[in-house]
Amino acid sequence: MDFDFSETQLMMRDMVRDFARREVAPLAREMDAQGEIPEALVAKLRESGFFALAFPEEFGGLAVDTISYALVVEELSRASAGVAIMVTVHNSVGSYPLAMFGSPEIKRRFLPRMAAGEIAAFCVTEAGAGSDAAALTSTARRDGDVWILEGSKLYVTNGARAAFFVVLARTPGTSGHRDIHAFVVERGSPGLTVAKKEDKMGLRASDTVALDLADVRVPADQLIGREGDGFRIAMAALDAGRIGVAFQALGIGYACLDEAVRYAKVREQFGRPLADQPVIQNMLADMATDLDAGRMLGFRAAWLKDRGRPCSKEAAMAKLFATEAAGRAADTALQIHGGYGYVKEYAVERYYRDVRITRIYEGTSEIQRLVIARRLLAES
Amino acid sequence: MDFALTEPQETIRKLAADFAAREVSPIAAAIDREERFPAEVVKRLGELGFMGMNVAAEFGGAALDTVSYIVALEEISKACASTGVIMSVNNSLVCWPLETFGNDEQKNRVLAPLARGEKLGAFCLSEPNAGTDAANQQTRAVRDGDHWVLNGLKNFITNGANADVLIVFAMADPEKKHKGINAYIVDTDTLGFAVIAKEKKMGLRASDTAQLAFDNVRVPAANLLGQPGEGFKIAMSTLDGGRIGIAAQALGIAQAAYDSAVAYAKQREQFGRPIASFQAIQWKIADMRTRLDAARLLTLRAAWLKDIKVRHSEESAMAKLFASETAGFVVNEAVQILGGNGYSKEYPVERHFRDAKICEIYEGTSEAQRMVIAAGQLR
Ligand SMILES: Cc1cc2nc3c(=O)[nH]c(=O)nc-3n(C[C@H](O)[C@H](O)[C@H](O)COP(=O)(O)OP(=O)(O)OC[C@H]3O[C@@H](n4cnc5c(N)ncnc54)[C@H](O)[C@@H]3O)c2cc1C
Ligand SMILES: Cc1cc2nc3c(=O)[nH]c(=O)nc-3n(C[C@H](O)[C@H](O)[C@H](O)COP(=O)(O)OP(=O)(O)OC[C@H]3O[C@@H](n4cnc5c(N)ncnc54)[C@H](O)[C@@H]3O)c2cc1C
Repeated sequence: MDFDFSETQLMMRDMVRDFARREVAPLAREMDAQGEIPEALVAKLRESGFFALAFPEEFGGLAVDTISYALVVEELSRASAGVAIMVTVHNSVGSYPLAMFGSPEIKRRFLPRMAAGEIAAFCVTEAGAGSDAAALTSTARRDGDVWILEGSKLYVTNGARAAFFVVLARTPGTSGHRDIHAFVVERGSPGLTVAKKEDKMGLRASDTVALDLADVRVPADQLIGREGDGFRIAMAALDAGRIGVAFQALGIGYACLDEAVRYAKVREQFGRPLADQPVIQNMLADMATDLDAGRMLGFRAAWLKDRGRPCSKEAAMAKLFATEAAGRAADTALQIHGGYGYVKEYAVERYYRDVRITRIYEGTSEIQRLVIARRLLAES
Repeated sequence: MDFALTEPQETIRKLAADFAAREVSPIAAAIDREERFPAEVVKRLGELGFMGMNVAAEFGGAALDTVSYIVALEEISKACASTGVIMSVNNSLVCWPLETFGNDEQKNRVLAPLARGEKLGAFCLSEPNAGTDAANQQTRAVRDGDHWVLNGLKNFITNGANADVLIVFAMADPEKKHKGINAYIVDTDTLGFAVIAKEKKMGLRASDTAQLAFDNVRVPAANLLGQPGEGFKIAMSTLDGGRIGIAAQALGIAQAAYDSAVAYAKQREQFGRPIASFQAIQWKIADMRTRLDAARLLTLRAAWLKDIKVRHSEESAMAKLFASETAGFVVNEAVQILGGNGYSKEYPVERHFRDAKICEIYEGTSEAQRMVIAAGQLR
């Protein structure tokens, strides 16, 4: 047992913490209000290597270990959850399918560009396929050297900005998860259009779009893995993504704790600071304990992943617990702020909205529980 | 970071698990029913080195790290929570302060037989009017020549009726409040000491919890533990470590209940299929295990901090709070999964349900743990 971070991990965390405080946090409120991340910040993130984090070194990546990655996501998310999700979708679900399942040719062609900061997106969800991803109906029909994609995708994070889209589609006339294929599609491919940008409760800095696929011709060598591997690839990508979402939630959760502690110390009622009230102290204690528990689950999953050991169940536990703990933390932090927590001048108002999505995307809490239970019942 | 047990830690875990399966589990239901102190098991624990696991070899201990102790304690508690607390009090609350605050003479004379398991210890802090407010000690200590004279009552003392050696906290200088408290080593064969009552309890029934009276008990000055006025500090720092032990005990109880519930859910059929196939049951299983894993990680983190000698009051409090409340949650869900059978003494979850509750109370209630954690956050 060793709960210490390595020197490199600590250095990475401190660098990112510093960057996030200087470059991200001051813009967070404005990005939320405007519903967008300024191009200048994206450029700084790019220069600092945030889009190369999880990529193999031979393709220009930083190949950071998963624990470092978790620390990076947590720090970024403390400053802005919207910025954090842009970075994590790119480094996990948007690129992992290529890095893990792509042909040498695909890796050589796309990964260096992604690592250099051309952003990636991941397109599984459709109107009729949410938790039940295998119900997707977008089609892919082979025609000589190309595949022709038809359909539409919903809720594509980074969709407005992405250079590359990992798209899942099935052989026409099939159902179930066997005949689903995964492709990497370049922005600008004729027929691929952004249909609309969602107007969201939170995570407003991050863009979430609907995509239309109308007769999109994708060269056959942009199939990721083999035909029919798509569903397996998507599930593996989501396994990897869940650790990121756990730490995204934890970043928001710890930001809530920081704000709650700060506020409780300065706000006076009945002649003394809120922090002197045992009830408020209890709330702070529960937030801290809950978040630390989520963090331990998260680091365990990250550690397993770094060792190449199976970690679906542990990643699901981390995602489930951390996102729910962070949700409770946001609720408590807002409560401690009273009416001030409900107005936009106080950051907890944004945290409260931002954190809500973490229980939904990359598998809802309900789906995580089913994943966990199935694994537990199979192993005992 | 490294989330694996080392090989020596794993060896100890296996040793504890095998011993528990062979010699503790088979009698757990009976000693609970009969309220019988498992003297024979305690003797065997001593032979295995489990009664002084962290004590240095020169003072009769097994010289193991805290993580090894914690995983062993979880395994023993999984079989029988009463046996777990007997072991944990001797290790955490008696051997640890003796080794940390005792002088060499005390360590050779008093600690060694306790660590070898030849003698049994108890920790006497609580009083009728000093529970959570432990500083409110009414037991008085008055100096008389080469002796201290103790007078007062102690309440809820685990091992109290079976112990050979007590660590007793008493007020020597009331003006100084908690800085006037001393800690003493008291032999239970000293004149004036008496066990006046044994509590009848909901759970932990094989562990005796006694009310003790001190009536002009003369304690040699050589039996003062630490410096005069250090008693409260000794008690609090002892509990910092003890809480990790209670967290481990809670984990053991919860793991046992979880294992029973999963096994039951897979085999019990209703509506023509195993109840484990129902989403509502799967949810319970997922939540039980997720929280249990989180609790174990918090507990191991606290144990690891203790091993590397870093202050760990908050982390121990988090482990104790989270593990004990998780145990409460898990045993409740386990009873629910077993339905009517969960309410019957035919099934061990009925005992786990009763045993779990104490973990939220002793060595500092959940409310007290939250105060410790909040103080850390507000510092
Ligand atoms: C901001 C944002 C960003 C997103 N980014 C992406 C992205 O980049 N790429 C992408 O592909 N998708 C993305 N998504 C989609 C997201 O992953 C889905 O919203 C999510 O998987 C849930 O699907 P759904 O919304 O259709 O809900 P539904 O699946 O319709 O679920 C509704 C409710 O029913 C419950 N439920 C469903 N099935 C079961 C069951 N079997 N048992 C019990 N309960 C069940 C759910 O848990 C939920 O509570 C994003 C969504 C949002 C809002
Ligand atoms: C089986 C068993 C074994 C035990 N073994 C030992 C032992 O070996 N040695 C020993 O010294 N003691 C032992 N104890 C005593 C145990 O540590 C105490 O019971 C415990 O500290 C709580 O004290 P109390 O019971 O007096 O409750 P009280 O202190 O009266 O507390 C009652 C309730 O009030 C709450 N409360 C108290 N103060 C506050 C506050 N300031 N703010 C908010 N809430 C508060 C408590 O959290 C609790 O919910 C044992 C008890 C039991 C039942």
